Amino acid sequence: MPIPILKLHNYLLISIQTEIDDQTAIEFQEDLLDKIHKTGASGVVIDLTSVDIIDSFIAKVLGDVVAMSDLMGAKVVLTGIQPAVAMTLIELGIHLQNILTALDLEQGLIKLHQELGV
Amino acid sequence: MTPQSFVTVYKEWDIVGARQIAREMAKELGFNVVDQARIATAVSELARNIYLYAKEGQIHYEVVETMNKKGLCVRAVDTGPGIKDISLVMQDGYSTSGGLGAGLPGVKRLMDEFDIQTKVGEGTTITTTKWVRL
Ligand SMILES: Nc1ncnc2c1ncn2[C@@H]1O[C@H](COP(=O)(O)OP(=O)(O)O)[C@@H](O)[C@H]1O
Ligand SMILES: [Mg+2]
Repeated sequence: MPIPILKLHNYLLISIQTEIDDQTAIEFQEDLLDKIHKTGASGVVIDLTSVDIIDSFIAKVLGDVVAMSDLMGAKVVLTGIQPAVAMTLIELGIHLQNILTALDLEQGLIKLHQELGV
Repeated sequence: MTPQSFVTVYKEWDIVGARQIAREMAKELGFNVVDQARIATAVSELARNIYLYAKEGQIHYEVVETMNKKGLCVRAVDTGPGIKDISLVMQDGYSTSGGLGAGLPGVKRLMDEFDIQTKVGEGTTITTTKWVRL
């Protein structure tokens, strides 16, 4: 099942609600880049509140999608990373450096406003 | 829940199945939420390695109990190509597939006990255990 991508003004909002398998993750990456291109969105919020596991593969896809969006001119903020997920990521040795994060969707939007200076 | 069970890993979706079973068992055994995530993540890494490098194998789950502790033992078994240099694959960042190379060293950190038995051309068995903190 594809992950829905909502458009709000010049932002794209994604709330990941399902268990992410590798195929879904790759398709999401492609869908998001395509949506950024089509809508000219300048900011993206990916909310991970419902995600209870991020392994090294999903972390790589997320890191890549942030870098790719950045190349296209869209800033990405990851929001709602659960405490247990944050701890396991660090123990895996994955630091998601240079990635914007915020506590929740609302804070994520505030962060985007600040980043984009609007 | 049976004290010992296994799943076969040969499709990509089996990785999700393997980690979901791990989380269920961890929850039933009384692991806290963070340890549940550690165990599920470790199993996800081991199952993906089977899928990527050996094509097929099994994840075995076993509840282990001693006089004063209880835990979950996970064994990833495959008859794939085996690993030539264990110390190399245990290094953070080493990957032959363009991955992050965080899997094996990560599993070792996430779990309490970790052992690799491997032979080139014969396969790999990784046994790892997490103990419930009392
Ligand atoms: N079950 C296995 N059989 C054969 N080789 C393996 C197996 N698991 C891991 N490896 C080797 O060890 C390397 C490191 O694995 P890992 O730490 O999980 O990182 P990654 O999967 O990102 O490459 C892999 O790139 C692969 O060469
Ligand atoms: Mg791996």
